[in-house]
Amino acid sequence: MSTVTMQGGQRSLWWAALRSRNFVIGAVITSVFLLMALVSLVWTPYDFAAQNIPNKFKPPSPENWFGTDHFGRDILSMIMKGSQTSITVALVAVSVGAAIGTPLGLWAAARRGSLLDEVIMRMNDLVFAFPALLIAILITAVFGPGAINAIIAIGIFNIPVFARLARAGALSLWQREFIMAARVAGKGAARISAEHILPNIFNTLLVQITIQFALGILAEAALAYVGLGAQPPIPSWGKMLADSQTMIAIAPHVALIPGLTIVLMVLGVNLLGDGLRDVLDPRLRRSR
Amino acid sequence: MSLLTIRDLSLSIGGVDILRDVDLSLEPGEVLGIIGESGSGKSMTALSVMQLLPAGARLGGSITLLGEEIIGRPEREMCDIRGRDVGMVFQEPMTALNPLMSIGDQVAETIMVHRRVPQAEAQRIASETLDRVGLPALTFRRDRYPHELSGGQRQRVVIAMAIAAGPRLIIADEPTTALDVTTQAQVLTLLKRLVDEDEIGLVLITHDLAVVAGIADKIAIMRSGEVVEAGAMPGVFRNLSHPYSKALFEASSHQPARIPPAVTGGTPVLAVEAVVRDYPMPRRHLFARRQAFRAVDHVSLRIERGENVGLVGESGCGKSTLARAIMGLEPIQGGAIAIDGSGIDPRHGADFATRRKLQVVFQDPYGSFNPRQRVDRLVSEPFHLLKGDAPQGAERDKRIARALDEVGLAASDAHKYIHEFSGGQRQRIAIARALIIEPSLIILDEAVSALDVSIRAQVLDLLAELSDRLQLSYLFISHDLSVVRAITDRVLVMKAGKIVEAGETEAVFAAPQHPYTQELLAATPNLERALRQREGMA
Repeated sequence: MSTVTMQGGQRSLWWAALRSRNFVIGAVITSVFLLMALVSLVWTPYDFAAQNIPNKFKPPSPENWFGTDHFGRDILSMIMKGSQTSITVALVAVSVGAAIGTPLGLWAAARRGSLLDEVIMRMNDLVFAFPALLIAILITAVFGPGAINAIIAIGIFNIPVFARLARAGALSLWQREFIMAARVAGKGAARISAEHILPNIFNTLLVQITIQFALGILAEAALAYVGLGAQPPIPSWGKMLADSQTMIAIAPHVALIPGLTIVLMVLGVNLLGDGLRDVLDPRLRRSR
Repeated sequence: MSLLTIRDLSLSIGGVDILRDVDLSLEPGEVLGIIGESGSGKSMTALSVMQLLPAGARLGGSITLLGEEIIGRPEREMCDIRGRDVGMVFQEPMTALNPLMSIGDQVAETIMVHRRVPQAEAQRIASETLDRVGLPALTFRRDRYPHELSGGQRQRVVIAMAIAAGPRLIIADEPTTALDVTTQAQVLTLLKRLVDEDEIGLVLITHDLAVVAGIADKIAIMRSGEVVEAGAMPGVFRNLSHPYSKALFEASSHQPARIPPAVTGGTPVLAVEAVVRDYPMPRRHLFARRQAFRAVDHVSLRIERGENVGLVGESGCGKSTLARAIMGLEPIQGGAIAIDGSGIDPRHGADFATRRKLQVVFQDPYGSFNPRQRVDRLVSEPFHLLKGDAPQGAERDKRIARALDEVGLAASDAHKYIHEFSGGQRQRIAIARALIIEPSLIILDEAVSALDVSIRAQVLDLLAELSDRLQLSYLFISHDLSVVRAITDRVLVMKAGKIVEAGETEAVFAAPQHPYTQELLAATPNLERALRQREGMA
């Protein structure tokens, strides 16, 4: 009987996922972009960097689905290649933030009320207090612009988000009796955090990861827009927007397409996060 | 005219049948006790009268209050009825009160909703109502907030809110379950007094037969949505006809069969010498010295091998703090604790070899397990204490199967998750987790308090049997004296951090010496005593 009910449990999770409209739409949009990024590793319709000045400002057509820009480059190819930059930067930055922030938060919660807790959390407050863009400019001023530095800048700002979330979740769990039972079994704080606390806050963290991922894409676009992200000829959505803004009257599609791409991607990831939360939180699932 | 008549009430929520053919009636000045275990539908019956049912509920039959049908009334009319005609008292007074409103304002609010009176007048009536429930204005200023009151005082405020608008009917849903025994007795007396003075009808919902036996005029016993037994007090208890109500009656005064342990002397399993636990309090001002709150004050106790010792006391007396200190989860500021002869380091706690001899079972069967692990992992958690000697592979599975078998579960249960078990089964799993490394002492911290009476009887049987067979000692911590009496050899009574009385369980219960013990015993609801008293009156 045990295996049957367990399978039933997992099947119902899949069912809930498939029945959540947010989750399905979000998952489809996100996977399309992921696929696009993967395909662009080996193939794009045209060379994304090849200039063809006589062919500039072409509106969308069967040859160039999204038209061409002011250098006659194929916009679809640039969007595809750009998705690589966006997704990589956002994903790596969020992973860095979660990988550093979560253990910090768990550590602070394990030593709640101590000086260490205080130091960790006040340092998080300090990072939170700085405007993100300012730090990014500082980093690029010292190390020069580029995708790696964008990752560092965005990653740093994700640390306190995860540290706070992990600490808040862990604090309430530390009061529970099953943690007490683990302590009676002689388990130390590190082991309890990894074995009992982390799995129980994982859902919340996962949802936060999707939200931060969407914000990361926006942040990358913003950094690229002010010229601090990926450098030419590597295309980036934010950079494409910045380049096209003066030509919006002549060829609106050159600005519209990267703009709409950013909107669609962020929307997709946000829907995915919303859907995930609905699916993973049984209370929300029941109320639907 | 009947105050409340319920005829053929049926209720289904989302297609699931909750209540079937419920018939109840209540006259003014009467107390109707509705008794049932969790899931019996007793609270849903009450919520049907208030029309406060969850979405998707479908009601059938009829509920008449003061001669008027309630079912099918529009929400606006129900709002007038609630509070004005029917007052409600909930289980948990802390959550039933708004923490940001003073007690005077909260009671006045009920009055202003139902009577067109100016604020000052409402405040005056509220103050009078609070006087009536035993909170005189001199000692309980009306601008105090719920967190400044004790549990019993808060419940009095909730009762004041329920009676403020002069209702004809009060529904009290487990009004004393969250309270200490002495407070429980006072709150019950208060409810009874209000019923007599104002000719109010009271519906008292509870799982505790003894609570009802003292004050109800008639009772209804419910099981899975049906009334299985109903009748006038106290006769109905003597002529129970339904097998379930008989079983419930027996379970509530259940005494597990026990063989008194042969105390052989030798090293005690637990020796606690003059233990002190101080909590530092916040500084009054920046340079003030920190005062300390002494939660455990020079407590000494010994538990011999195979002996079961009870530790009783009301909430806040320090019994759980003492238990945590013994488990090595809290530092102690004085005294010494030794488990099976080896002492605990007051700062770092016991070493693993000592901790193996001690395990614990907690109160909450729902909070004591990590919901994301399977039973085999949950039960084998204490193997961590064995370090390198922890059994692996087949040996580990065998030990898990044995522990589960020991508590009456199947070995195949090891692969299930905890949510697949009921409260009683979970508590068995908690006992299996404690047994698996063969400790000599198990601390049971309110281990049966959250269980229904029939389940509680089974778990008590299991505990008694294990203790006899495995020569286990228990430190049984509880506020429930009848349970302690059933399972322990010796009992310690704790008050304000000190042990005020200690002795053989039967001797202490038969002839308590300390006034506090006497007070506790007198306040504990006792089914047999209450019945005899009322039969004497009749």
